[in-house]
Amino acid sequence: MLYRENGQFKTTYRSDQQLLPITQDRFFVWAVVALAFLLVPMLASDYLFRALIVPFLILTIAAIGLNILVGYCGQISLGHAAFMAVGAYAAYNLVIRVPGLNFLIVLVAAGLVAALVGILFGVPSLRIKGLYLAVATLAAQFFIDWTFARVKWFTNYSSSGSVSPADVTLFGWTIDQPVEKYWFVLGVLVAMTLLAKNLVRSHIGRSWMAIRDMDVAASVIGIRPLHAKLSAFAVSSFFAGVAGALWGFVHLGAWEPLAFNITLSFNLLFMIIIGGMGSILGSYFGAAFIVVLPLVLNQLPNLLGIPMSTAMISHLEFIIFGALIVFFLIAEPHGLARLWAIGKEKLRLWPFPH
Amino acid sequence: MRLATFKAIAAAVSVVAALGSGAAIAQDKGKAPAKAAAAGPMEQFFPLLVYRTGAYAPNGVPFANGYADYLKLMNARDGGIGGVKVTYEECETGYATDRGVECYERLKGKGPTGGTVFQPLSTGITFALTDKTATDRIPLITAGYGRADSVDGEAFPFNFPLMGTYWDAADILVQHVGKREGGLDKLRGKKIALVYHDSPFGKEPIALLQERAKMHGYDLLLLPVTHPGVEQKATWLQIRQQRPDYVFLWGWGVMNSTALKEAVATGYPRDKMYGVWWAAAEPDVLPVGADAKGYHGLALQHGAGRAKVHEDILKFLHDKNQGTGPKDEVGTVLYTRGMISAMLGVEGVRRAQERYGKKPLTGEQVRWGLENLALDQKKLDAMGFAGVMRPISTSCKDHGGAHYARLHTWDGTKWSFTSDWYEADQQIIRPMITKSANAYLAEKKLPRRDCAKELTGG
Repeated sequence: MLYRENGQFKTTYRSDQQLLPITQDRFFVWAVVALAFLLVPMLASDYLFRALIVPFLILTIAAIGLNILVGYCGQISLGHAAFMAVGAYAAYNLVIRVPGLNFLIVLVAAGLVAALVGILFGVPSLRIKGLYLAVATLAAQFFIDWTFARVKWFTNYSSSGSVSPADVTLFGWTIDQPVEKYWFVLGVLVAMTLLAKNLVRSHIGRSWMAIRDMDVAASVIGIRPLHAKLSAFAVSSFFAGVAGALWGFVHLGAWEPLAFNITLSFNLLFMIIIGGMGSILGSYFGAAFIVVLPLVLNQLPNLLGIPMSTAMISHLEFIIFGALIVFFLIAEPHGLARLWAIGKEKLRLWPFPH
Repeated sequence: MRLATFKAIAAAVSVVAALGSGAAIAQDKGKAPAKAAAAGPMEQFFPLLVYRTGAYAPNGVPFANGYADYLKLMNARDGGIGGVKVTYEECETGYATDRGVECYERLKGKGPTGGTVFQPLSTGITFALTDKTATDRIPLITAGYGRADSVDGEAFPFNFPLMGTYWDAADILVQHVGKREGGLDKLRGKKIALVYHDSPFGKEPIALLQERAKMHGYDLLLLPVTHPGVEQKATWLQIRQQRPDYVFLWGWGVMNSTALKEAVATGYPRDKMYGVWWAAAEPDVLPVGADAKGYHGLALQHGAGRAKVHEDILKFLHDKNQGTGPKDEVGTVLYTRGMISAMLGVEGVRRAQERYGKKPLTGEQVRWGLENLALDQKKLDAMGFAGVMRPISTSCKDHGGAHYARLHTWDGTKWSFTSDWYEADQQIIRPMITKSANAYLAEKKLPRRDCAKELTGG
């Protein structure tokens, strides 16, 4: 009844091709963005910002990046945490070696450096596919991890190998309060989402999807696999690099290579599998699932007043979290984004289903 | 059918949403009493970052139990600290930096005055929390670990690496092997291998060992081991090829027992191996048992064994079934480490109460207490710590307080002391601390605090 597109006629190509063709969707998205920018800062506590929301937003950027590569272009990567590390260390080196550089420029540059490294490690994808490519990208994870742990120049000869940059300042605005961090990261996320959404609708995105669906057929109709695959690796690593710089500067504040270890790579992969491959919205759902759920599970016994030992809570957290992953994958193998889409379909017919 | 599943999912989503808002409300509730500090209950809240699960749990559990037991003892034996009841809450970090930061954020605002002191027992988490505790004005005690340069209280006003740092530990180990050779000058041409956990924790001592290598002319062999350290074949192959005169083991958790097993397998004499205190506890040697005989460990102040305070814990807690862990754990190295760490926090509160009154204190007030800590032998004896540790006194400039250590050796069944007290050579370490702290301040664009000014300003 509420969600129906009857009577919304499109009279121009422009209106037919816009990002959100249904009026209700447009209102909904604008409302969500407005709520996120204005209402959430009034409601959420410092703890929620620092421990839940900011990491969720940053990892969403990384998940969108990985989704472009895996979900849209069909090239698997087990090394995305390493590309995040490249972004973080590139940003760190830029900030300490070029004083006074605007952080937005640093962020973009960090993304570009990560993109370059991503292209380099994407080259094997031209010859190998599937699981073999997964192993090749695994090499990126270990090689980059090793580089930042060993080559002292990258950590500015810090004796412990841990780096800790100063707080981010932007046009004289020091981003150190949780709310400020939230606004800044949210702004970056909105911009990156728009970029991703438009990229996957463009001819580049279509060439990625053609490669994903069948690379031989795609090359027959004139799509160059070299361009499509390497551009997917570049864009994907760019997103990872930006996310990595934010993860280091805004979320952690001080980090060592261990912060970008293989566990994070796997977590990113789980995010897009649970959230939904080939869906930008799915990256949001997946990141929320992986970031927020363990923390909620960890605090639930305390909130409900059930006395339980710390070790027991941790073990239960792992058990329930694992069980939920299996449950959601059985309930909907195409991810949470698919559930959302089904919900929308149902809403269109409501209250008169066939 | 499909409608039914959709309904089930919708219900699940609404439950999750309800939980989320419940959590938000609980957070707000947690914040409210913090504002009404004076009218709140007479409680001092201690946040406990522990790891009872994961690869490092065998070492994390006894520490956490010792910490919790000492806080319980305060309530059971003394009725709190100066009449203020001690409360605490644990949060599991799993030795992971990001979870440690989350735990910190979760616990820092609890209790009537917020978290008293944080002690993460992880060098990685210490690095991540150093800036955050300075902003939130809560002290961070890293007794025997953390950043070596945080001894400089002018650069790190809220960090307290009490009872010695990694640089102190490494310095004393070099002194000891020098003595064993018959003088530090005899180290020339010798080869010392550092087998270290490839993390900030393991890398910390390198700077000092290199400095000492320049002075005495020994060769330093750096052999990193990746987390968690169960795979060391390549490392020990190198040791077999290079035959270093001494091996310093800078490991944690399962890495230590693995290293000892590899030493047995390659036939490297255990008598030439020295572990830092993180590698000198029962869980490290017990899996190897009698084969580890002769292995030396650095005891940063205390070793194993029971003193009067342990007897009190047995009497007031374990005999009433209120102990945190198993009874025979009391008096082991890591248990005592946890207990001493808790004691340092408690004594910081007690010292601060002398100035601010016997009421729940904020982190900043406790910071003053920790900075003016003066535990002499008489006080230690009264607390039941006779023979466990030496007196310790801190100042605005020196947040370390003491730089002493002994060595103990594993005889196949237990640890026993085999050396006198050593003091780390501050003439070597202090300039390094100042240099490193200045680099930190420059990188962070922070001003240096002036201790002299604060004293007169009162």
